[in-house]
Amino acid sequence: MTLKNIAVENLRRRKGRAFFVLIGLLISATTIVILISLVHAMKEDINHKLELYGANILILPKTESLSFSYGGLTLGGVPFYAAEIKEEDINKIKQIKNAANVAAVGPILLGPVVVNGHRLHMAGVDFRLLSILRPWWNIKGEIPPEKGAILGHDVARFLNLTPGDRFLINKQKLEVKGVIEKTGSQDDGLIFVPLPLAQEILGKKGHISMAEVAALCTGCPIPEMVRQIGEAIPGANVMAIEQVVKGRMETLNHFERFSYGISVLVLVIGSLMVLVTMMGSVKERTVEIGILSAMGFRKSHIIKTILLESGMISGMAGIMGYGTGFLATKIIVHFFSGGHGAQVLFNPFFAIGTLLLSLTVGLIASTYPAIMASRLDPNEALRAL
Amino acid sequence: MGMIIAENISKKYGDGDTAVIAVCNVTFSIGSGEFVSIMGESGSGKSTLLSIIGALNRPTTGKLIIDGTDIYSLTQDERADFRRKYMGFVFQNFYLIPYLTIAENVMLPLATIKEKKSKKRAMAKDALSLVGLSDKANRLPNEISGGEQERVAIARAIVNTPPLLLADEPTGNLDSKTGRSIMELIKRLNRDGMTVVMVTHNHEYATYGNRVLKVADGVLI
Ligand SMILES: Nc1ncnc2c1ncn2[C@@H]1O[C@H](COP(=O)(O)OP(=O)(O)OP(=O)(O)O)[C@@H](O)[C@H]1O
Ligand SMILES: [Mg+2]
Repeated sequence: MTLKNIAVENLRRRKGRAFFVLIGLLISATTIVILISLVHAMKEDINHKLELYGANILILPKTESLSFSYGGLTLGGVPFYAAEIKEEDINKIKQIKNAANVAAVGPILLGPVVVNGHRLHMAGVDFRLLSILRPWWNIKGEIPPEKGAILGHDVARFLNLTPGDRFLINKQKLEVKGVIEKTGSQDDGLIFVPLPLAQEILGKKGHISMAEVAALCTGCPIPEMVRQIGEAIPGANVMAIEQVVKGRMETLNHFERFSYGISVLVLVIGSLMVLVTMMGSVKERTVEIGILSAMGFRKSHIIKTILLESGMISGMAGIMGYGTGFLATKIIVHFFSGGHGAQVLFNPFFAIGTLLLSLTVGLIASTYPAIMASRLDPNEALRAL
Repeated sequence: MGMIIAENISKKYGDGDTAVIAVCNVTFSIGSGEFVSIMGESGSGKSTLLSIIGALNRPTTGKLIIDGTDIYSLTQDERADFRRKYMGFVFQNFYLIPYLTIAENVMLPLATIKEKKSKKRAMAKDALSLVGLSDKANRLPNEISGGEQERVAIARAIVNTPPLLLADEPTGNLDSKTGRSIMELIKRLNRDGMTVVMVTHNHEYATYGNRVLKVADGVLI
């Protein structure tokens, strides 16, 4: 017979009270586990899907006019070929601190060409990187391995060309391999050819006009990446393209803050439930506490007995809360992503964290009732029948 | 266990119009090894007096000295220690803990002492066999009769063989045959050196003691 036995037997044979405390903490723990797991899953998810957002950093030569010529505005008449970056410069990006977060660096050479007597713009790009840099493109036809061109929607319509047609570009004969469906961006008005070919056509071997970078990073802010690239290539003007990612990230950040808010609220409600239930329990057990006191229990013995009880329930609630929260998150993620979402994995640190949180809250919330119990006057307590 | 000395003890419950003076300026002493019966009418203050002797109820005025220690100048915890070491209680209403088995109830005074589990079990077993309830050790209090509950309460009070046994009508709920056997048991404990202070209504049982303190309206007569 020890204090622990008393606590265990009380829990075992008077399950009603224990159940209330358990439920209060269980709901708190489960909710918190679900919210935090969801935030985590969404972050993972966004990390995986970031590539879908394509390029998000531009590297331009230090020429004012180019900075507004890209990013939605017409390119017509702007001398963006006035300044160029060396192709080898962009290799320096591989040495920046956050190089691991760089998914792709796509060099672009822009230049004016004449096709069927019309002045148009050509872009030399690395076709192999298109799936990362322009994941939203829908191409009729195919992406050519080396030779051949892909036409923007407007250019194709203007020149009346479809895949398989051939055309002359600065006296070079090229086949249209693919036509991009309307994107609503400057891409609609461009002729895309492989970079080496563009350099040859424009006579600019080893030069590029700009480069696009796709950085996949939720942990490191894009401005920081921009700063690092700017340091690596001092001659260039590095800027972030404001994109849908930012919106998604902001939503996620809002959700995260909301989740933490709810977690705190749920914890407060949970601990109030524990407090009220334990106060009730102490009232109900006044006589019993009087008996213990008469048997020579010190204040600390009584406090210990009550805290042992709430500690055991809180611990159980923590473990169960992690379990149910984990399963619920799995179901929620599966339900909302149709099985294609981020993996929800068992995280032992998170499990222990939940256990400790539940224990802490349970113990803190029952400290006051325990102290109240220990202060009962034994004679008064024994009269309370 | 030395002398119990009560000096000018009074106990007033409540304040103003509703105040009750349960014990009024009582002085007495009980020697080591005595078996004292407290008798008196209902409401005369017997239980109050017993709880004061038992270090459970601070008197409004006066001093209680046991073994040279002024009990009510001690802290709450020190008094608890004192009760644990020196006293066994049999309450008027038995006060068994409903969710603990008979054996667990009997072991209750041992819960806070450092002792092997097996030793504690053996002590409980001895106490239970002394009151003739060995066979019901694993029942819950509501699964035994009132008389049996009374005996469990006695077993619990003597499980750690305290030098002082305080019993508030330990035979109140027993038929005369069981009552006498309980009295025999207490008498035996007293003969083995336990000081006993017992409240009773029963004149026959009072004769088991060596002395009677008569109380009426809070004063000794
Ligand atoms: N905690 C208390 N608060 C207020 N009044 C009390 C308290 N305890 C006892 N009393 C009153 O003090 C007086 C003495 O009570 P006590 O319980 O000591 O009597 P008793 O002699 O043991 O009676 P009984 O034989 O019925 O057990 C009674 O009038 C009782 O109502
Ligand atoms: Mg009484």
